[in-house]
Amino acid sequence: MTTVSGWGRFPVVDSEMLRPRSFEGVAEAVVAGSVARGNGRAYGDAAIGAARTIAMTAFDRIRSFDPATGRIRLEAGVLLSDLIDTFGPRGFLPFVVPGTRFVSIGGAIAADVHGKNHHGEGGFGRYVESILLRSGAGETIEVSREQNSDAFLATIGGMGLTGVILEATMRLRSVETGWIRERVISASDLDAAMRALEASDSATYSVAWIDCAARSRDLGRSLIYLGEHASADELGRGADRFPVGRNPGLAVPIDLPSMTLNRHSIRAFNEIYYRMGARRAGGDHVVSLYPYFFPLDSIADWNRIYGRRGFLQHQCVIPEVRAREVLGEILERASTRGDASFLAVLKKLGHGDGLLSFPLPGYTLALDFPVKGDILKFLDEIDRLVVAAGGRLYLAKDARQSRATFEAGYPALARFNAIRKALDPAKNIRSKLSQRLFDEV
Amino acid sequence: MTSRKSVLVLGGSSDIGRAAARAFAKAGYDVGLAGRDVAALEPDAADLRARYAIEASTHTFDVLDTASFEGFVAGLPALPDVVISIVGLLGVQPAAESDLAHATTIMRSNYEGPSLILGLFAEKFLNRGSGTIVGVSSVAGDRGRASNYVYGSAKAGFSAFLSGLRARASRGGVHVVTVKPGFVRTKMTEGMKLIGPLTVEAPVVGDAILSAVENKTDVVYVSGKWRLVMLVIKTLPEAVFKKLKF
Ligand SMILES: Cc1cc2nc3c(=O)[nH]c(=O)nc-3n(C[C@H](O)[C@H](O)[C@H](O)COP(=O)(O)OP(=O)(O)OC[C@H]3O[C@@H](n4cnc5c(N)ncnc54)[C@H](O)[C@@H]3O)c2cc1C
Repeated sequence: MTTVSGWGRFPVVDSEMLRPRSFEGVAEAVVAGSVARGNGRAYGDAAIGAARTIAMTAFDRIRSFDPATGRIRLEAGVLLSDLIDTFGPRGFLPFVVPGTRFVSIGGAIAADVHGKNHHGEGGFGRYVESILLRSGAGETIEVSREQNSDAFLATIGGMGLTGVILEATMRLRSVETGWIRERVISASDLDAAMRALEASDSATYSVAWIDCAARSRDLGRSLIYLGEHASADELGRGADRFPVGRNPGLAVPIDLPSMTLNRHSIRAFNEIYYRMGARRAGGDHVVSLYPYFFPLDSIADWNRIYGRRGFLQHQCVIPEVRAREVLGEILERASTRGDASFLAVLKKLGHGDGLLSFPLPGYTLALDFPVKGDILKFLDEIDRLVVAAGGRLYLAKDARQSRATFEAGYPALARFNAIRKALDPAKNIRSKLSQRLFDEV
Repeated sequence: MTSRKSVLVLGGSSDIGRAAARAFAKAGYDVGLAGRDVAALEPDAADLRARYAIEASTHTFDVLDTASFEGFVAGLPALPDVVISIVGLLGVQPAAESDLAHATTIMRSNYEGPSLILGLFAEKFLNRGSGTIVGVSSVAGDRGRASNYVYGSAKAGFSAFLSGLRARASRGGVHVVTVKPGFVRTKMTEGMKLIGPLTVEAPVVGDAILSAVENKTDVVYVSGKWRLVMLVIKTLPEAVFKKLKF
């Protein structure tokens, strides 16, 4: 047994860690109470097997690549960072990337991750054509929109619960450069932020960083980052077409005492961040894709800033019609509480593709809270607002929502469960998350 | 025919072998992967082709089958520019203390086989007047330790072979590199207690091998810290050393 946790370092639980080196090894590992783990960037308990956890990062081979079409076949443990570093210089990038590049293909499919382009271009799963799946029942099957389409739709966003993704075929986007033409807009409050996102629907990439320490009149003040892929002739002369992605340099070497994060330090950080960004607002400038897409990746192990007890991310999505009112209420409560950290992220989402995919047309808000005091009770109260507004929570970030919150948020759950049952009648595949939210105990 | 340079990796399915192959392919080399189970090498060859648009081939090679070596070299489609031996076997020291067969396998896998095959390539390279030979040895060969001296002594022999070969071959335009990785997180060391700050990941070793070849370095300690650690360990008097536990 090893102790395992997700990126948020809460909860910390026991699970046997298996590291198969071959697909036969994976097949042997898929027995009672196991689930696949990619790079462990899910915050809570999604990538921890009820009894055993199957580490997939050894499967890092590209099977084939067609530069004429951008179609690629790869093993599930390939990291997006590897894909970007290898194929970026050849003029290809993933269509969708989340806020960190250190996620595996399997993890990106299983969470149907969204990027800053979800409002226009959809989620990661949209660009996946087929998947080689090792089901809980012990079959290896190829699933796609045409073949075993039920299993395909359940696997996109299915949090690993339909089986282990061994390989996938997907499409890459062809790009001229690895640079992004960025425009920063500053918004003085939540209304302005939402108006700005609304007005930026045609931008390829858009996201707002909210200063969640700002209160009353400033509530929801934020910086909106819009982005387009830069063409070769937009680059300065002599600039490389593809920037270098540095490995995280600065690491957080120890668990900072949770004292370091308090309402004063958080407020100061957010104030500085907001002012620096606001100064850049206005014109367009060209930035490397790395800081644009992955602002936190330059600091290794930043999750340790929250101290040993870990932290929780609360990421909800609220349908468009209720979004302004409910998000205002959540932000109000968070800023009154004062310990929501860094900057909150606000983003407009479109339709999700998989049965359990998180996105729905509306606005998503993500807030980080250190694990302490009455935080669990506080978040339960926020969940009530989310559920009442027809919203839901993101499973890849979740470590604590209740079964009722989950069931209310995911109406396709019954269909998902039926498909899961067909693929895995004995429920061999079980994660700590599925035990908490799905499985009768 | 392409004008690209080529590298042959003996022990191509090991983690360090795969990492070295990727590093060279990324730098534009065509790659040959050699190992016992040639079918198992095919996915890695495909990976290299897809990633770097180079040519990659696979070859059957067994380091214990020394009788096959001449045929193996003669059967290669072309003599590579660089040959790297990553073959090795850690074995189990306590078993090797009483099981002669196991001890023999460790010695042959780490010394006899790698030395003979690289010696053969050296002859061909000297005839041609160019080439680079890389032997992955170990810091364990710098001084015999109670906990792994069967492996360590074979690596010591291999290191000595490489340094002698280097002295001779350099006059004929052939360069020999000795690589001494310290702890590397690989299949071989899985489950072992490794000292964090002295441990590197396989890709770091792969990159170090490439840069040693391109910069004509003679001996590489992959992590600079190891050079220091081994300097201390090598200079401890025997009377002190035998009382230490490692
Ligand atoms: C800093 C940071 C920023 C982030 N930003 C975003 C964002 O902008 N958008 C977003 O959508 N997400 C975001 N995330 C969440 C992250 O993208 C997802 O949690 C993703 O699933 C992590 O991938 P992973 O490879 O680490 O998977 P893990 O965390 O290891 O696993 C996640 C889930 O995928 C399953 N899984 C993994 N591999 C396989 C496989 N081979 N077969 C079957 N199932 C598998 C696991 O069982 C688990 O349910 C962020 C996370 C961090 C830490």
